[in-house]
Amino acid sequence: MFDFSIITHWIHQALTSLMPEGLAILIECVVIGVCIILMYALLAIVLIYMERKICAFFQCRLGPNRVGKWGTIQVICDVLKMLTKEIIDLKHSDRFLYNLAPFMVIIASFLTFACLPMSKGLEVLDFNVGVFFLLAASSIGVIGILLAGWGSNNKFSLIGAMRSGAQIISYELSIGLSILTMVVLMGTMQISEIVAQQADGWFIFKGHIPAVIAFIIYLIAGNAETNRGPFDLPEAESELTAGYHTEYSGMHFGFFYLAEYLNMFIVAGIAATIFLGGWMPFHIVGLDGFNAVMDYIPGFIWFFGKAFFVVFLLMWIKWTFPRLRIDQILNLEWKYLVPISMVNLILMVLIVVLKLHF
Amino acid sequence: MNNIRFIAPTDLHDEMLRLRQEEQMDFLECLTGMDWGEPDEKDAPDTPRGLGVIYHLESTVTGKRTVVRTASLNREHPELPTVSDIWKAADFNEREVYDYFGIIFIGHPDMRRLYLRNDWVGYPMRKDDDPEEENPLRMDNEETIDTTTELELNPDGTLKNKELKLFGEEEYVVNIGPQHPATHGVMRFRVSLEGEIIQKIDANCGYIHRGIEKMCESLTYPQTLALTDRLDYLGAHQNRHALCMCVEKAMGIEVSDRVKYIRTIMDELQRIDSHLLFYACLAMDLGALTAFFYGFRDREKILDIFEETCGGRLIMNYNTIGGVQADIHPNFVKRVKEFIPYLRGIIHEYHEVFTGNIIAQERLKGVGVLSREDAIAFGATGGTGRASGWACDVRKRIPYGVYDKVDFKEIVYNEGDSWARYMVRMDEIMESMRIIEQLIDNIPEGTYQEKMKPIIRVPEGCYYSAVEGSRGEFGVFIESHGDKTPYRVHFRSTGLPLVSTVDTISRGAKIADLIAIGGTLDYVVPDIDR
Amino acid sequence: MEIKKKPKIKSIPYEEFTDNETLEKLVKELNAGGANVALGVLDDFINWGRSNSLWPLTFATSCCGIEFMALGAARYDMARFGFEVARASPRQADMIMVCGTITNKMAPVLKRLYDQMADPKYVVAVGGCAVSGGPFKKSYHVVNGVDKFLPVDVYIPGCPPRPEAFYYGMMQLQRKVKIEKYFGGVNRKEKKQDE
Repeated sequence: MFDFSIITHWIHQALTSLMPEGLAILIECVVIGVCIILMYALLAIVLIYMERKICAFFQCRLGPNRVGKWGTIQVICDVLKMLTKEIIDLKHSDRFLYNLAPFMVIIASFLTFACLPMSKGLEVLDFNVGVFFLLAASSIGVIGILLAGWGSNNKFSLIGAMRSGAQIISYELSIGLSILTMVVLMGTMQISEIVAQQADGWFIFKGHIPAVIAFIIYLIAGNAETNRGPFDLPEAESELTAGYHTEYSGMHFGFFYLAEYLNMFIVAGIAATIFLGGWMPFHIVGLDGFNAVMDYIPGFIWFFGKAFFVVFLLMWIKWTFPRLRIDQILNLEWKYLVPISMVNLILMVLIVVLKLHF
Repeated sequence: MNNIRFIAPTDLHDEMLRLRQEEQMDFLECLTGMDWGEPDEKDAPDTPRGLGVIYHLESTVTGKRTVVRTASLNREHPELPTVSDIWKAADFNEREVYDYFGIIFIGHPDMRRLYLRNDWVGYPMRKDDDPEEENPLRMDNEETIDTTTELELNPDGTLKNKELKLFGEEEYVVNIGPQHPATHGVMRFRVSLEGEIIQKIDANCGYIHRGIEKMCESLTYPQTLALTDRLDYLGAHQNRHALCMCVEKAMGIEVSDRVKYIRTIMDELQRIDSHLLFYACLAMDLGALTAFFYGFRDREKILDIFEETCGGRLIMNYNTIGGVQADIHPNFVKRVKEFIPYLRGIIHEYHEVFTGNIIAQERLKGVGVLSREDAIAFGATGGTGRASGWACDVRKRIPYGVYDKVDFKEIVYNEGDSWARYMVRMDEIMESMRIIEQLIDNIPEGTYQEKMKPIIRVPEGCYYSAVEGSRGEFGVFIESHGDKTPYRVHFRSTGLPLVSTVDTISRGAKIADLIAIGGTLDYVVPDIDR
Repeated sequence: MEIKKKPKIKSIPYEEFTDNETLEKLVKELNAGGANVALGVLDDFINWGRSNSLWPLTFATSCCGIEFMALGAARYDMARFGFEVARASPRQADMIMVCGTITNKMAPVLKRLYDQMADPKYVVAVGGCAVSGGPFKKSYHVVNGVDKFLPVDVYIPGCPPRPEAFYYGMMQLQRKVKIEKYFGGVNRKEKKQDE
């Protein structure tokens, strides 16, 4: 497996030989920031196109197919249009909070996106409490949503934001518990270590029963976190017009739109990293020839393949199931998912202590 | 139907109470406001004069039907006693009569206009009123008035106005509509909330009020047919069938058997079309968008059949007075016979994707229960009434067309919640297919249009006929004075009773439930507003 | 030098569209003060993007609304053009397709919706009722055509218009968007309020 840390070290050496260390780090930060933003935008375009085509195929129709071959350039047109729309200034809104809200959502999104390991050595944020930082950073998004609902001076937005706030804060508990279960198995919170430990089998196979249960709970809770699928009541179009982002237009709305898709990708990316092995190829202990063949496929193809597979699962669920009501959503979380997660945690601890895992 | 019994306004309330209790007339089928004009010296003793109301009543227990009328000769301040405490259906209907004629009902708890703006001048359906002159297009926003008046009778016989509050100042009132993806048209609900729980709903209609009844008074009978398709556009065939039946009954025309078979088959196809759209829109409102596309995909096949014979997909213009516009296309029978097995084979998909889904069941079961007494009191016919245990199908009560010759079940559920309303319509699709199967091979030969005079004049009198529309009992009431234009046409709306039940059944539910309730009640707003 | 702009629609030649004269007149008016070539290319690029991504507002009052829903359904599928993202909030929609009759009571509401939309916005009057009052022209409560208080860009006649007629109207709107100016020009001036 090609190790990207060779390239990053080389770049760092080259820069520090030319200028003082502080300036070199500054330049590196700026370059990495630009790279992240570019990747973010590109991924958003790919995801939006993917959603439109997949949902069209589920619904027995074709999706966009007039703009570019198979409609591939459609999303670029959407982005162009969004950039050129007027940004409306509301009269009685809380101007500062109203304008701050989309940026809070995007910042939370960027921070968590930066933690994902794309390939060996190709991580941006990698320190010893990586998973913990991930969970903490993703919680900042709630503030953006609540500010959007409050700052819009609109009763519908407020209802939508309140619902969303309650939902996200509740489901963070489930996510935390299911990741905690896996941390017990993994023994470390550093993301590159997590992926390296899956060289002899992905954690979902190593941890068998509790890992599978944790995976399913994580998918459900992750869905709810991003306000998608059966849990999209806060922005339910047929109920509250457009929920907490009713009053936003132009690029501010574009930020919310993008953040929704990228959050879904981030949830899928974390699932791929913790449960399905990240950029680690599919190894079977004992079959060395097979493992060598698998190693030829580069790491980022594995990572993106797994992440897009999980994204496909999430989209499949969204376009099939109707919406849950807010009290049913909270019921599901507090009365079912949290107790099951806690029992699962105990089960995993027992398995680790008694060394019953693979 | 010429000699409708007249009851003086002073005796009205007691007589109505007697009819309700002794003769068990619990279903107020139709309430029509009338303007019979000023009294003239040349009148016969029983000529109706003044501003009044005609009531069509039916008993669900004995099946007996009766018609009564009342009138007030005072044109400045016409007042009649209310019957809204006897039948809840009278609530919205009397507001409509107040809106059109200016008749104030004493004792009615909410005497506001129903369809027109709060600042509208005049009463459009009066014969001496000129609505356009007094009411140019006003582009300023309508004032939302939170109070309403009730007229009370003092012990000494004089009247006093009592102001009642609709919404208090501390109440959190949210406005749903008129532009809203889920209100199925332009309907405005003002909802008073406490957190997520609904305390009270006030429905504002009239955003698509096109004045069809007033327009019909200046159109000849064949011209009035053109507007009925656009009332409940998902029951276009059925609406026109009702109007044609009423005129044919009045003139004593008997249509050929072929016409009856064709009309029945078209009605049933229209019913399947409407129920498929009901399914699609309910699924879309609840968030299961894939089911929406399934419903529309199969609906397109029915629209193809319609288009081949009638020329239109949504607005068909097919029934005429005395028959149908053109004979059925040679391919019609073949295509219908291909369609029925196709739909039978694919309807399991609908049940797999939506009916069997645990989330859909949780959203619909137990939500918005309408009891049988309330359904009858409000006059909520159609799928809604049948889901509450009231067997109100017009095809069984007063058979028309060839419904007395076919064998079909009337689907009745007893729970009265949204799930029952949903299942009633899904089962009715299967029953409609059975009806079509029994009829499609046996269409008799004959003419498709009776010979009619070039100018159609309906003999003097009052006539009422009803059909089972996709949403309930759609009735047409015509009063004719022998001219070639009707004196008064009133359409008994299928949707108005349904909307008047929304306040009663959604108290205590959540906002998300309001969407499920509105979706399963299945009203079409142009039918309410006419 | 006059710049002749012929907006292209995929797989339908320019000559097959009716009413090319209105477009050509618009082009002449917009380019009356001369046109900058560099900005013109940028204009074309942005307008190409905008014309392929017109999001309608979900607004339907009566029968034409059902045909609009059928347009989005599987057989006619307006998602192919990129129109399927029908937003419910007027601030996020690009155009409003007025499907159905507009009554005197609804007119101020519609005007408010139009005012809430973000520029650049377009109005399409669909169906006989929105174009001129339709079968209800003589009624006392119907506005005879939505252009009495909104600036309409495209009229789609019919009662109701077939989905193919909808598409033709949308493609005419796409052509109109393609000839607009984005930088350095005003596409449409609103009349000064006299009151």
